[in-house]
Amino acid sequence: MSIFIDSTTRVLVQGITGKEGQFHTRQCIEYGTNVVAGVTPGKGGQMMDDVPVFNTVAEGRRATGANASMIFVPPPFAADAILEAADAGMELIVCITEGVPVMDMLKVKNYLAQTNSRLIGPNCPGIITPGQCKIGIMPGAIHTAGGPVGVVSRSGTLTYEVVHQLTEVGLGQTTCVGIGGDPVNGTGFIDCLEEFNKDQETTAVVMVGEIGGSAEEDASAWIKANMNKPVVGFIAGLTAPPGRRMGHAGAIVSGGKGTAEAKIAAMEESGIYVCKDLGHLGRLCKEAFS
Amino acid sequence: MKIHEYQAKELFRKYKVPTPQGGVAEDVANVEQIATELGLPVAVKAQIHAGGRGKGGGVRLARTPEEVTAAAGDILGMTLVTKQTGPSGQLVRKVLIEKGVSIKKELYLSIIPDRETASIAIVTSQDGGMDIEEVAASTPERIIKVSINPLIGIQGYHLREVMFGLELEKDLMKPFGQILRSLYNLFVDYDCSMVEINPLIITEDNEIIALDAKMDIDSNAVYRHPDVKEMHDPFEDDPTEAEAAKFNLNYIKLDGNVGNMVNGAGLAMATMDIIKQAGANPANFLDVGGGASAEMVENGFRIILSDENVKGILINIFGGILRCDVLAQGVVQAAQKVELNVPVVVRMEGTNVEEGRRILAESGLNLINATNLADAANKVAEIVA
Repeated sequence: MSIFIDSTTRVLVQGITGKEGQFHTRQCIEYGTNVVAGVTPGKGGQMMDDVPVFNTVAEGRRATGANASMIFVPPPFAADAILEAADAGMELIVCITEGVPVMDMLKVKNYLAQTNSRLIGPNCPGIITPGQCKIGIMPGAIHTAGGPVGVVSRSGTLTYEVVHQLTEVGLGQTTCVGIGGDPVNGTGFIDCLEEFNKDQETTAVVMVGEIGGSAEEDASAWIKANMNKPVVGFIAGLTAPPGRRMGHAGAIVSGGKGTAEAKIAAMEESGIYVCKDLGHLGRLCKEAFS
Repeated sequence: MKIHEYQAKELFRKYKVPTPQGGVAEDVANVEQIATELGLPVAVKAQIHAGGRGKGGGVRLARTPEEVTAAAGDILGMTLVTKQTGPSGQLVRKVLIEKGVSIKKELYLSIIPDRETASIAIVTSQDGGMDIEEVAASTPERIIKVSINPLIGIQGYHLREVMFGLELEKDLMKPFGQILRSLYNLFVDYDCSMVEINPLIITEDNEIIALDAKMDIDSNAVYRHPDVKEMHDPFEDDPTEAEAAKFNLNYIKLDGNVGNMVNGAGLAMATMDIIKQAGANPANFLDVGGGASAEMVENGFRIILSDENVKGILINIFGGILRCDVLAQGVVQAAQKVELNVPVVVRMEGTNVEEGRRILAESGLNLINATNLADAANKVAEIVA
């Protein structure tokens, strides 16, 4: 079991012939992802390695039965690409692109609420169900298939660090979701926690947050009320100065809101095992989950 | 991207949002001339991006020609320190001179994106002219928040919720509604991350005027607003941060002495935190990005070393798609080109890590190898202790 994606997921790549799109499509295929189609407007009819390229998402979906899309288009065109995927009926849309304007995402998010499409990202590493399907830019090799830990995170390399430590202490992963570092994104912590809670193979969850917004506080309250599996939490940004954007567009403490301290307090209050020393996160998980 | 008050007011006027009559000047003679044209009294306002200018002495009311000259002389060229500038302050190069107005009532009004509900929020209060964070903390019931779905846009009932909430006089409702609608359109059209007016005043003559104006535009959207791009004031940028940005490096200067270079923003923040936990203080935030190259590492070293406080450097790289051996090569090349005069602790993990460590060990450079994150933080903390 897993959440959102598995070995039956059929992936279409938007922006497949670009430098990034090409490179990461190959990495995904090498990992075992079933990439069935690509889209680059104007390049329909061509092939990217063994993958047929189409002019539009609708056409690609009709021809191949793709049900998930991975987006590698530049920021000015990302909103358009997400909306195209949603209107073509893609069940899952993973947008890797960093730098999408907030105003675009405000509109996209409200539009998607009226469809059946799930968006992961933007500005995210993607999602992986180890051993089955990787839709994103994360290094496949650090993951261990078969669970029992689900991972959800706002960050990229920080997630790799966490997964690496889990693998090192002998804890495999069911699914790892990078929900992205932008202030307005698609799938959130609670969406993932709900699914992990239902997933039989997932017996524990690691949740990685950072400064900015109140998603971690909201997720903590949800966990307290609903979660029946242990959760280890980590928050990055204790030393971040207020008012500064720390790399991610969403990672900013403003008006005294979104501090790491407040998030850690909310997590502790909700019975989450808070990891205060990233160097020993794997070990803490081993203890908390045994 | 922040713009100055006088620039925000230019955009306000474009959207028919009333502002006081005024002009911008860079020298005393010009200030005097503008003040004469406007007629006294005038307000002389320092144009820097940071808030809290009034308390710092950057805003003065001048009632006589002598006071105009004195205010201009004092403010132009001063290093204004406010709670937002930090202790080093910001040099004032321009002032905005505005005709004085008679204030009957001061309101607060801001428009911001609400990330949690994916809406656009109008936040307003009758307690204008004060620090709004204090109002929110002490009397939250005095703050009105109206959320707008960006697909629908601003509707009549949104305006009514704001205006009845502010207990506006009936005569003011029509002009106020028009101003609010215009500000919402300005916010959306210009991809703002904030429009704030504090205070938005009602004059003795029942006119509504934006006495102040703050605008912050989403940096990711500036590409579609060439007029805003031209408003960028390079004097407001930290020179080192601007230099880093040229190389696509995300650098933020802090006041510790452990320089650090990390790939990925989340991991970079976590690395700063772990340095602090080990008993030292980070000198910076530096994200070289998920796809760091040897050249980026080299530029990263230069930027970090330009900070004289740095007594040791921690490099923390999680090699994913970008392999550790390639990165190690980059570090060695960079270290040979840049004069490394402080110890460097390297912590590397991920793809091809053994090969990467071997390259570093055999480089003959003064690089200290760390086996894991905790070890790295402890080693670098020991060095600077």
